[in-house]
Amino acid sequence: MSSVATPSAARREAGFYLRRPGLVLSVAVILLVLLWAVVPELFTAHDPIAGVPAERLQGPSAAHLFGTDETGRDVFARVVHGAALSLRATVLSVLVSLIAGAALGLLAGSRGGWVDSLVMRVVDVLQSVPSILLSLALVTALGFGTTNVAIAVGVANLATFARLMRAEVLRVRTGVFVEAARAAGVRWTGVLARHILPNSLGPVLVLATLTFGTAVLEVSALSFLGYGATPPTPEWGSLVAGGRGFLATAWWMTTFPGLTVAAVVLATNRVSRALDGERRLV
Amino acid sequence: MTNGIPRRLAQAVVVLWAAFTLSFVILYLLPGDAVLAKLGGGDGGSTLTAADVAREHAALGLDDPVVVQYGKRLLAAVQGDFGRSIASGEDATTLVLNALPSTLSITGLGLLFAVVFGGAIAILGTYTRSRWLSQFLASLPPLGNSLPTFWVGLVLIQIFSFNLGWVPALGSDGFSALVLPAVTLALPTGAIIGQVLAKSLRTQLDEPYVEVVLAKGASRARVHFGHVLRNAALPALTLVGVLAGNLLAGSVITESVFSRDGIGRVTASAVSAQDIPVVQAVIVLAALFFVVLNLAVDLLYPVLDPRLAGRVTAKAQSRGKAVSGV
Repeated sequence: MSSVATPSAARREAGFYLRRPGLVLSVAVILLVLLWAVVPELFTAHDPIAGVPAERLQGPSAAHLFGTDETGRDVFARVVHGAALSLRATVLSVLVSLIAGAALGLLAGSRGGWVDSLVMRVVDVLQSVPSILLSLALVTALGFGTTNVAIAVGVANLATFARLMRAEVLRVRTGVFVEAARAAGVRWTGVLARHILPNSLGPVLVLATLTFGTAVLEVSALSFLGYGATPPTPEWGSLVAGGRGFLATAWWMTTFPGLTVAAVVLATNRVSRALDGERRLV
Repeated sequence: MTNGIPRRLAQAVVVLWAAFTLSFVILYLLPGDAVLAKLGGGDGGSTLTAADVAREHAALGLDDPVVVQYGKRLLAAVQGDFGRSIASGEDATTLVLNALPSTLSITGLGLLFAVVFGGAIAILGTYTRSRWLSQFLASLPPLGNSLPTFWVGLVLIQIFSFNLGWVPALGSDGFSALVLPAVTLALPTGAIIGQVLAKSLRTQLDEPYVEVVLAKGASRARVHFGHVLRNAALPALTLVGVLAGNLLAGSVITESVFSRDGIGRVTASAVSAQDIPVVQAVIVLAALFFVVLNLAVDLLYPVLDPRLAGRVTAKAQSRGKAVSGV
């Protein structure tokens, strides 16, 4: 983040990335996938929903980068167009965990006493059930669809955020500047909003980037099981599921969508690791 | 603090109660109507009258006040009764328990694979003097954690069943059909074991006692396996209880990939049919799994570390939780 335009700072900045080709590649993968989600038409001319029956089950070629499926739809087009739905679900789920988890943690950490105990016991309970089962239970209750899947995954991951936020609030709360603000007569809500929240949010935001990778995996797993979008609509998990019947004859139908998910998860994990600490070390 | 077992048992009961209560809140209190799902899914929603819905509601006890419903269900659940499956009418507990043996065989083998491979990666990665090998092995767990398991399962089927023809692709027969599902299940779990054990081994290798033992003339292998590994295994052992619960949850995906019968299949179809009693039975079973294994690990602790004999292992417990949360 250098707006400082001294040559040495710029060179150090460039050196930071040059020594980390993996990080540069990861950022590129994320940017590419984001572009897929926003302007899919730029990347593929094929229709993701309507296929050309004459061209069905063709292997990867220049015309069809990822091959075609059993109704002649271009798999690459379906992956590109699926990015919007899959990424939106992932972002929504991370936002649910982040906002609800941070709010609970803030409440527990700042109020203390019985509020703290109550909130933290609820968080304990959320952690006592494996997160896949928890999100499956939520899907059972809420019903199917991409949005419900996203909410279910978000709630299942919320406990970690609440814990971290609470710990951060407890750390910041004892700071001299908080004491000073209180002594100067700033109201409780003011201290919370102006001093405690901005100073405790950093690590929680890093956790959000770390959770992004897990959320991609969980959302696509639920979509694979068939609880996401209804069939013709492409979604990464359901694309992999769609190729199950053609494993022996059309390997590309499962391999490429799966590789896409893996690449996105690896890339986000790499970037969040960089955000977590590498930058500060340089 | 001299006798931790009654306290641990009480904690175990609280976890089970919590899992039951959480599943009750989610499944019975959130909006969504299982009766409509059942009747609507059967012979067309058009024949459905308000009276039908009311009758089904009454039969399922959904008309009682929430507190009464909760009390009744909790009392029944304590006796192992979670109600009847909405989809098939079978007893939910029986349905789940009948599916258990098949799932236990892949989760058991999966846990074994995870411990063996995760352990081997961690031990070799910290033992080797080659920087290249050590870095390569350290990069494997994050990779294993990033691959979607449902896709890994399909790729394994493709390679080992269709291309090489070594094992049957689908089904539940025989030992050879167990291997691929177990490997798929073991991947994320083994990755976590490898990561935690390697970290714990590195911490132990920096301890002063390592130098003392080396100075006394012990070989590197003796130090690594006789001293460091023993100490480093403790935090990793706490994880096993947590991870076994995750393995059970992972069976939902693995069993559906490999078309195997078991808890995972039962869960997946119960979710599809919004079959609330069955989903609740599975959740409580997973909590039971978690609780029993953690108790076993707690009892095993003093055996491995005599210093802990007679002490409550609350510390180990919280460590396991912190890791599972990430």
